Amino acid sequence: MPAHDEGHRHNHDHGHDHAHGSELSDPQARVRALETVLTEKGYIDPAALDVIVDTFQTKIGPRNGARIVARAWSDPTFKKRLLENATEAVNALGHVSPVGSHLIAIENTPRQHHLIVCTLCSCYPWEVLGLPPTWYKSAPYRSRAVIDPRGVLRDFGVTLPSDTEVRVWDSTAETRFIVLPMRPAGTERWGEEKLADLVTRDSMIGTGLALRPDQVGHAKEHA
Amino acid sequence: MNGVHDMGGMHGFGPVQPEPNEPAFHETWEGRVLAMQRAMGYLGLWNIDMSRASQEMLPPQVYLSVSYYHRWALGLEDRIVKHGLAGEDEIAAGRSLHPPKPVKRILTAADVGKVMKRAHFERPPAAPARFKPGDRVRTRNINPATHTRLPRYARDRVGVVEAMRGCHVYPDSLTTGHGEDPQWLYTVVFDGRELWGEGSDPSVKVSIEAFEPYLVAA
Repeated sequence: MPAHDEGHRHNHDHGHDHAHGSELSDPQARVRALETVLTEKGYIDPAALDVIVDTFQTKIGPRNGARIVARAWSDPTFKKRLLENATEAVNALGHVSPVGSHLIAIENTPRQHHLIVCTLCSCYPWEVLGLPPTWYKSAPYRSRAVIDPRGVLRDFGVTLPSDTEVRVWDSTAETRFIVLPMRPAGTERWGEEKLADLVTRDSMIGTGLALRPDQVGHAKEHA
Repeated sequence: MNGVHDMGGMHGFGPVQPEPNEPAFHETWEGRVLAMQRAMGYLGLWNIDMSRASQEMLPPQVYLSVSYYHRWALGLEDRIVKHGLAGEDEIAAGRSLHPPKPVKRILTAADVGKVMKRAHFERPPAAPARFKPGDRVRTRNINPATHTRLPRYARDRVGVVEAMRGCHVYPDSLTTGHGEDPQWLYTVVFDGRELWGEGSDPSVKVSIEAFEPYLVAA
């Protein structure tokens, strides 16, 4: 078990009336027990669980969002539709997974940079970006993104001009946001597949920028 | 509720620490928790707002100290027990000890596609919208002990309606047993200084998605 779980081990002296005991010390065994009980009772089908896990591990990821951004960079008509109604525009594309309501695309410009957060939980456009990374769900990000967004951007190595407005979107309802990052210079003749390689997950959350052509291939750790 | 989950603007949690090449799940059980959450949601006994509310009800020291999917697991257990679907004794024993509760449907592998697309939360409005883009609004100073989606940092603050998002299921009502009670939803933008005071970064703006009952005309 990786070290990050060690920090979550508890003594059982919580002083509260919630019936948590052994489950706090060993989520692995407790979750296995829960799945067994739910299966024996006929509430869940483990085969369906397998499919869900596999879908998130192999099918739904930020490549979906990157294709949407690359299309928007290449096709002004699509970009207009995307900014007007992202759910409809994405579902009309055909080559990315369908999305439910209510996806909203917001465009970065030299004057305005957008950053997405969910301060209350972990709302995230998983249909187009896959599951949120741990940092997105963490207390440091959720607490600071709204009060110190430039500081958060520094944690990601991003420094914006001081006159760029930083607009933070707190996802407090069932609307979901995807940032349309600025298209890097020097990509004028590029096709959509190649453009999509420049679109990192973080650039669609707003904690990163799209890669420059010279960064492709050795800066994909945030992709 | 004014719980530790409502983190916007808090200090002291340290820097954000991105993890290069992060996997979808760090542990196998995390994927099982996520999948169980989806599969149990398919039974139709609760919705996403109730899932959130059950996590927010976790004791603060538990909420802050357990990992993300562990928190999901605790919230899921809570709902399962409260709905009488399984007993604490059964989860502790790791096997079924009592007859199951009848359910309308269960999620099969063939139907997984149905839970891989977000649900619709828009509903027909009961009344015309009270606000429109450009309107100045003040958020209410509410402090319910129950679930709400108006974060503390954005209460009793003046902002501008930027966009209307349709009429949506109202989480504050649903989670307290008062039904969906659909409400108009708006994107409301605040100047950073309205939220964080005179000395704060003047180039920052923050928006929330605000349900109409959170707002009064300003």
